[in-house]
Amino acid sequence: MQPEITDPTTRAAGQALPAGQAMLSVRGLKKVYQTDAGDIEAVRNLTFDLRPGELACLVGPSGSGKTTLLKCISGLMAPTAGEVLLDGKPVAGPPKKMAVVFQEYGRSLFPWMRVRENVELPLKNQGVPKAERARLVEDALEAVGLSHVPRSYPWQLSGGMQQRVAIARAIAYQPEVLLMDEPFAAVDAQTRADLEDLIRTVWKKLGVTVLFVTHDIDESVYLGERVIILSSSPTVVQEDLTIDLPADRDQLNTRALPRFTELRHHVYEQIQLAKKGHRPAAASDTV
Amino acid sequence: MNALKRFGYAIALPVLLVGLWWAASAGSTSIFVPRPAPLAATFVQTWLGDRILSDVLPSMGRLLAGVLAAILLGVSGGLLIGSVRWLRELTEPVLEFFRAIPPPVLVPVLMLLVGITDSMKVAVIVSGCVWPVLLNTIEGVRAIDAVLSDSARTYGITGRARVRYLVLPSAGPQIMAGIRQCLSIGLILMVISEMFASSSGLGFTIVQFQRSFAIPEMWSGIVILGLIGVAMSFIFQWTERRVLRWYHGLREVENAA
Repeated sequence: MQPEITDPTTRAAGQALPAGQAMLSVRGLKKVYQTDAGDIEAVRNLTFDLRPGELACLVGPSGSGKTTLLKCISGLMAPTAGEVLLDGKPVAGPPKKMAVVFQEYGRSLFPWMRVRENVELPLKNQGVPKAERARLVEDALEAVGLSHVPRSYPWQLSGGMQQRVAIARAIAYQPEVLLMDEPFAAVDAQTRADLEDLIRTVWKKLGVTVLFVTHDIDESVYLGERVIILSSSPTVVQEDLTIDLPADRDQLNTRALPRFTELRHHVYEQIQLAKKGHRPAAASDTV
Repeated sequence: MNALKRFGYAIALPVLLVGLWWAASAGSTSIFVPRPAPLAATFVQTWLGDRILSDVLPSMGRLLAGVLAAILLGVSGGLLIGSVRWLRELTEPVLEFFRAIPPPVLVPVLMLLVGITDSMKVAVIVSGCVWPVLLNTIEGVRAIDAVLSDSARTYGITGRARVRYLVLPSAGPQIMAGIRQCLSIGLILMVISEMFASSSGLGFTIVQFQRSFAIPEMWSGIVILGLIGVAMSFIFQWTERRVLRWYHGLREVENAA
């Protein structure tokens, strides 16, 4: 089935699945910001689907509207046109089955609550019974390797650990879709490698659908089963690439594979093309 | 040891000042100049008797009622105005106007409107104390971090839970700053409200002493006002340290970085 396309000249190149098979569907998404200086078209036309349990990375040159897209998907912002479907239902506000991990860990955790309370709050707010809540929080902290600091405040922890708390909060919430907005952009390289492996582990263990936004090409290839490359703004899908690396990945061996280098090369080239303003064939005749 | 040291620092200057005062006023015979020893004696005589019940406690009761009402009004009003954009734009100029009016000029007006009652005195205190709390709360609510707010939204923390878990704690530091100002204004207004058409209370008694040339008694009244102020400040600091422990910790970490 072809995705519904609002304007035939701006055909988006993302993989679309038959109705009913996608966990997350982005359909002809367009976002135009109205400012005093005139309209700014951040996202022109994006269409792609995520299968249940898929881990997809979204990369694009800086300023390619990645954050805008994520805000539209998470229901924090209404798109100008097009729609987002979660499990077949249109997203109108932040959906219950979705959790978001933001880049700014220092600003996404409640500084007046201890680690445990931060992870527990969304569950408490949903009326999850106390015993179950305790179990979920315990498991989530365990999964991110933080069971030893439940009584600390987030700001007493290092950046990487704070981001782990944010991830634990997302896991405990038991979402079907986990959105991550450049979550490791602000942590140091070593912590980053650890956190990347943590995401792979958590993803495998929980079978959650993950959409991971990043500007780091290596990270996208290392993490994803699939990499969706965005064009520069106004954004369309530049390429939708399947990452055929083995499912078991580790920082040393996977990154040393010839196939990893090839894929990395390919994504890099695409991003360079995108930066130069190259657009996929179907979208290039738009302007 | 540390506590002892802190206590030493806190008490050193007051002791020194009293010493200086002692030395400077030792030879004085003027009745207008207060001297430490006679003043202490007068203090005990004047205040540690019936006047505690007839003047000190009623005054402090009104102060407490006024301050609490002002905090309640200021915080709830501030939450509302701070959260609703159009309401904020609508009310801002008016609030600035009311804030600029010195509350003592309202005393005669309130006397006519409310009558010469305890309610009038409490109303005077509220009319002055509410502004710093209200305006600080509005600012605090406005300054909520956008990412934190988005986080709360994505986890479905809205409505009442949002106020409780996000808005109030986030505005906490500003609200406390407002309350601090509110307390000192409250003490001033407590005295002023009792200076007009009153028959009891600290303000009334002090003015009464002054008019009947009971100068040492007048001074002792001023001392008791100072002591009340110090006590309020200590209670406030104690509470603030507990309520905003996270904030002070966070600031310390930020400053160290």
